[in-house]
Amino acid sequence: MDGITPQLVALQLFTGLALGAVYVLLAVGLSLIFGMLTVVNFAHGAFFMVGAYAGYALYQVVPNFWLCLVLVPLVVAAFGMAVERTLIRPLYGRGIDYPLLLTFGLAYVMVEAVRIAFGKQGLPVDTPELLQGSADILVGEFPLYRLFVIGVTVLVLAGLWLFIEKTSFGLIVRAGARDPQIVRILGIDVARVWLIVFGLGTGVAGLAGFLAAPMQGISPEMGGSVLTVAFVVTVVGGMGSLVGAIVAGVLVGVVESLAVLFVPEAAKVSMFVIMALVLLVRPQGLFGRAGLMN
Amino acid sequence: MNAHSDALYDVAPPRRTFAHIRTHRVLASVLVLLALPWLIPNQSVATNILIYGLYGVGFNLVFGYMGMLSFGHAAFFGVGAYAAGILIAQAGAPWWVALPAAVLVAGVLALAMGLLAIRTRGIYFAMVTLALAQCVYFLVYQFPLSGGENGLRGVNVAQVHLPGLTVDLLDPTAKYLAFLAVVAVALLAVSRVLASPFGGAVEAIRENEARTRACGFNVEHTKLMAFVLSGALCGLAGALAAIHLSSVAIESLHYETSGLVVMICLLGGMGTFFGPFVGAALFLLIQDVFSLWTEHWQLYAGAIFMFFVLFFPKGVWGTILEKTHGR
Repeated sequence: MDGITPQLVALQLFTGLALGAVYVLLAVGLSLIFGMLTVVNFAHGAFFMVGAYAGYALYQVVPNFWLCLVLVPLVVAAFGMAVERTLIRPLYGRGIDYPLLLTFGLAYVMVEAVRIAFGKQGLPVDTPELLQGSADILVGEFPLYRLFVIGVTVLVLAGLWLFIEKTSFGLIVRAGARDPQIVRILGIDVARVWLIVFGLGTGVAGLAGFLAAPMQGISPEMGGSVLTVAFVVTVVGGMGSLVGAIVAGVLVGVVESLAVLFVPEAAKVSMFVIMALVLLVRPQGLFGRAGLMN
Repeated sequence: MNAHSDALYDVAPPRRTFAHIRTHRVLASVLVLLALPWLIPNQSVATNILIYGLYGVGFNLVFGYMGMLSFGHAAFFGVGAYAAGILIAQAGAPWWVALPAAVLVAGVLALAMGLLAIRTRGIYFAMVTLALAQCVYFLVYQFPLSGGENGLRGVNVAQVHLPGLTVDLLDPTAKYLAFLAVVAVALLAVSRVLASPFGGAVEAIRENEARTRACGFNVEHTKLMAFVLSGALCGLAGALAAIHLSSVAIESLHYETSGLVVMICLLGGMGTFFGPFVGAALFLLIQDVFSLWTEHWQLYAGAIFMFFVLFFPKGVWGTILEKTHGR
């Protein structure tokens, strides 16, 4: 434990926050889609990966990071909406397992398609010039790009919250999550709402992939491990709860980063320990409503 | 199930030959599997069908019969393989120690994972089992005896000695028959369990959990028991795989190995007795045929799987059974 100063711990805490930010974006999308459509999107990690690759490809055409930052979520969202409309919609009403199985197969296809298009090898992604270097955050120097990732995440979450809580469309989303049948009786096109929510969720996953790319590089398999993390975060936070996704995502990210410092051999298992504890004490998740899944 | 209930309900009676096959499902399955090495040219593929079929049978117990989708069965398959592999390669244990040990270790792991996963309902189950299996992957990866990334080598069982009989496992046909004997015992056990009142409770949970509970069955207990049994069978399949390949790869614990058995079960027919073997054969066929002319066979495997989910959710064997009024 020599050489571990409070300063180092504080810096690692911030690293965990940046890591957690990506987890939060993933889990929020997953949770949103589940809360609304009761579909567990097993291709969520694949959408994350597609977002990273879309950013890589788009950057070759329009070498402007900020433009890509806006375009990538839109492209991935459009792709997600096409998937919902053509593949998932026929499965509504056929049991909760079928959309899950379909998206599982879809993830296979997406990963292999990316391998064909971009090769099996991973690719490095440069940090945009403006965000290279580091900034002084009182406890020490911290990479600027990671601060940027935290900032974007906060903005996206604020936007999502405003969208869901303060707009009339958000009201329909919340009502639809409660009771889609009543919403349909009131004359609202629920199918259209579901389409948009699926697009929203996958778009945010794509954005997360795009943001994560300069931190870890891109590879066709990058979605696999991230899917597990997204599941753990959703289970810990409680399915269908935005606050839960945020708290659990930050918790998992920070604990993992601190574990790297104190008990490196247990770092990868740390999130599963959290999940096991939560399952024992509160099976519905920290912010989950009991009985949602019955 | 029997002639009585068919007469009671407005269902066409099963054809007589088919009814016979149903009552002797273990015998029929073993006879078909006995002919398999002569039906397909490659002995090694036949052995793989046997192993993955058994893996599917174990998984099917939870997925097809109980209606709970687990994405973590690679943990049982892999840990069974590692348990048998470590005992044979590093402790020099004979097969009759290694196989039961693999079953036991996988069963105990299933008990531990089940105690956590069963606490969650419905859709959570798939996510929690996947996450716990990933945890097992990391733990085994760091376990000193597992060989880490390189996996385990030297899992050699050259001969199996029985009273009055010595089986040479280096001969592919003899190896197939020896494995088939193990699979036959497992199938017999599964068939007995499914026919028991416990098996009825398992299927009742799939049909209506609340009603099963209201009828006085201990649903949690039944789920856990079925999960342990399922894990133990998958552990046996893993042990056979370790002996077949003389090695264990860390990939046997990977998420894709969990996905593989989901595919096998769905392609073959979930909740059918022989379906997993049909699914295993179909999957290996897809893998073989497509990898002949493209290294991207997973693209086609995924697409075919999606096609089945959308249009043939009962799988090949399930659809055949339905058409012949079997189920």
